[in-house]
Amino acid sequence: MVNAQYTPAQIMEWLSQVPDPEIPVLTITDLGIVRDVDCSAGVTVSLTPTYSGCPATEAIEASVAATLQEHGVDDVRIKRVLSPPWTTDWISEAGRKKLTVYGIAPPERRDRPIACPRCDSSNTELVSEFGSTACKASYRCIDCLEPFEYFKCL
Amino acid sequence: MSSDATLASYASRLGDNALILGQRMIELVAASPELEEELANANFSLDYIGQARMYYTYAGEREGAGRDEDDFAFLRPEHDYKNLLLVEQPNGHYGDSTVRQFLFESWYVLLLEALTRCSDEGISIIAARAIKEVRYHLRHSSQWLVRLGDGTEESHARVKASLDDLWRYTGEMFAPDDLDDEMRAVFNGPHLEVIETQWRENVAAVLAEATLDMPDDQWMASGGKQGQHSEHMGFLLAEMQHLQRAYPGATW
Repeated sequence: MVNAQYTPAQIMEWLSQVPDPEIPVLTITDLGIVRDVDCSAGVTVSLTPTYSGCPATEAIEASVAATLQEHGVDDVRIKRVLSPPWTTDWISEAGRKKLTVYGIAPPERRDRPIACPRCDSSNTELVSEFGSTACKASYRCIDCLEPFEYFKCL
Repeated sequence: MSSDATLASYASRLGDNALILGQRMIELVAASPELEEELANANFSLDYIGQARMYYTYAGEREGAGRDEDDFAFLRPEHDYKNLLLVEQPNGHYGDSTVRQFLFESWYVLLLEALTRCSDEGISIIAARAIKEVRYHLRHSSQWLVRLGDGTEESHARVKASLDDLWRYTGEMFAPDDLDDEMRAVFNGPHLEVIETQWRENVAAVLAEATLDMPDDQWMASGGKQGQHSEHMGFLLAEMQHLQRAYPGATW
């Protein structure tokens, strides 16, 4: 069995190259949606969707399979796990930094102010609870006037 | 009823509420009063359709007859849909849509909360995911209700009429039928009387903030849970199912 040569760490390394289709600056491992890698019989990757209706779910599953096949893994299985439900707490520290550089404020716990990703001021205001995707809200920086998106806590 | 049949019917009914409301909200795309609402409605609609997919997939598994999510959504006749009459009501003006969302979501959030504690893992897992989204939807519809109710004289009068008009569809949410009883007895499902008390309290608080009076309970329409729908349902299904009916098995 060829797959015996793969380790979960190796597979994770390859998966950390797979971008999220909606926020391509993040990889799927930054987002924390890869829940498990099992190499005992073929390679089974467990993924969890972010939102129930996230239209990227199928695209992500397809690119995970394609990426592993490019690396020569023939027997790839994708498992969709629903529990425990995804939370923004699973976004990695590296992922949070990448979001800020990209211009999206990373999720903050309720008591913390949302900082402007451009000038870092906390003097910001909510424009709309709903942004270009289900996971984002629209904000505006009162100091530098930058309109920006905020990745909502879930 | 076998326990598999109970779970299949119950999951399918949850899916019907989510799908039909999701379809109604899709109709608002390109017809919302402002751009932010456009995005909000499209995103909410996606949440509901995503939930419907999970419920239907699970219903298909429990039923064991080989039906998948698409069979449930696109190939069933009207009387096989068991959604509440409330969710199939037309969008009307934005006050009508807002009141419909608010009344349903106030109920759905409590139902999901109870379902996260039910003894069937398949349903409790879906409920735990869905509730995170629906809490957010409810916050949005509550804010709009307050904005319209406590807005101008005209917005107040119009949203009051919407509330009085749609109130008759709320009775069905709390009237347990055999399936509700079975779900409760066998799987520790929701206790609709308890939910009604909590619902009234929550709804009254938002209505007070919106300076709207709680309507009197008069005659309540029912039948949705038994597959007897209002005249609007057929039109909705005709549009939603058109492609699969005209070109059976079409994929892309």
